[in-house]
Amino acid sequence: MRAVAAEGVWKFYGDYPALRDVILHAEPGECLALIGRNGAGKTTLLRIIAGFAKAGRGQVRIFGNDPRETESRRRVGFVGHGIAVYDELSALENLTLFGRLYNLADPGKTALEWLERTGLERAKDGLVREFSRGMRQRLAVARAFLHRPSLLLLDEPFTALDDRAIAVLQHLLKQALTEGRTVIMSTHQLREALELATHVALLNRGTIAFHGARTAEMAADPGWVYAHYGEG
Amino acid sequence: MEFFRQMLVIAGKDLRAELRTKEAINASLAFALVILLLFSFAFDPSEDTTREISGGLLWIVFAFAGTLVLNRSFAREVPNDCLDALVAAPISAAALFMGKALANFALVIAVELVSLPVFGIFYNVQWTRQFWALLLVLALGTWGLTVIGTIFSALTVNIRLRELMLPLLVYPVMIPALMGAMRLSTDLVAGKPLSSENDVWLRLLVAFDAVFSALSLVLVETVLVG
Repeated sequence: MRAVAAEGVWKFYGDYPALRDVILHAEPGECLALIGRNGAGKTTLLRIIAGFAKAGRGQVRIFGNDPRETESRRRVGFVGHGIAVYDELSALENLTLFGRLYNLADPGKTALEWLERTGLERAKDGLVREFSRGMRQRLAVARAFLHRPSLLLLDEPFTALDDRAIAVLQHLLKQALTEGRTVIMSTHQLREALELATHVALLNRGTIAFHGARTAEMAADPGWVYAHYGEG
Repeated sequence: MEFFRQMLVIAGKDLRAELRTKEAINASLAFALVILLLFSFAFDPSEDTTREISGGLLWIVFAFAGTLVLNRSFAREVPNDCLDALVAAPISAAALFMGKALANFALVIAVELVSLPVFGIFYNVQWTRQFWALLLVLALGTWGLTVIGTIFSALTVNIRLRELMLPLLVYPVMIPALMGAMRLSTDLVAGKPLSSENDVWLRLLVAFDAVFSALSLVLVETVLVG
């Protein structure tokens, strides 16, 4: 069963079609780099796949289910533009909260494990509002991975990350891929993304201009897809 | 059971965050006390007419102060895009809504319970004569305010002028419940018990709470996701 299947997806903002008849598939274990210029529709598509917004037309399936079904949401981890953790709570309280929302067996223990994996164990009781930017980003990564999602949706995951956070995220993504989990990431950082990606999709003004396996040419020259399938 | 567990997790999170910052509760309490003080200058506490409108005064204060708490309910989720994380979590939108409504109810009722003795002093009113009945009316009126305020807080969360929009949306819808709560509170503060004379207002309050709670539970998924 496909991890993600988007069939004929349209999304309108007023009269403007942000997505036009998008067809996109991702198989389990695949890492799909979703690339495109600003305003191409990457974030909109990821938000529809994640179930934050509904498609105007067409449908999206996650492991065969609607993205808003509880079972789908249990299987998805999302890292968006915001860190999606609470400034007024401590790192441990934040992760424990999400552990409870995902109904993990031992939310406190799992939260501590992830704080350790992201190098935040010494700051576990510190309020997030007192954290540095890099620490906040690592906590956001821990929050997204906490419930061991089968599908990871990452919107510009490397943007504004410090080098330690990039290393943590790359390590976790590689590990997730070896475990057969699916990753879809929208990004402008082609070099980092193409290092991990097994497949590439290029969005041009809301339409899929290219979708296929990542080739050696793409890895060697990150601008190759844009040069051959982009608008120039 | 899962629904109630999720609801309590959300309510606990909201209460913990609010008690740590005290942003909404301090503003709401200060506002309630200042308005009570200002009204006491406008109305002579020794006059009977003041006591006759005491329920109205009380609920105007509660409604104004309450919206300060309600405004923060979903606005708290905006920084860092926390609402996305809640919407993505495998919990029902209804549980999310009820958790938030429960936390708001606790905060608003706390402000009301602190305001009541102050009201009694400023307006020379012995408000404890029908204490339990008054508490029931407070709970019913506050739940109505909380439910309407929480759903509109979700609806206006992404609007730039949400602080202005929330009262504009909440107060007109609240009119029936406010009328009932005002009439009942006036009677109870004057020492009149709940009876066949005024129980129509009590039934109105119960019906209002039931109808708008049910409507909110049905609509909240659409409000949050579209």
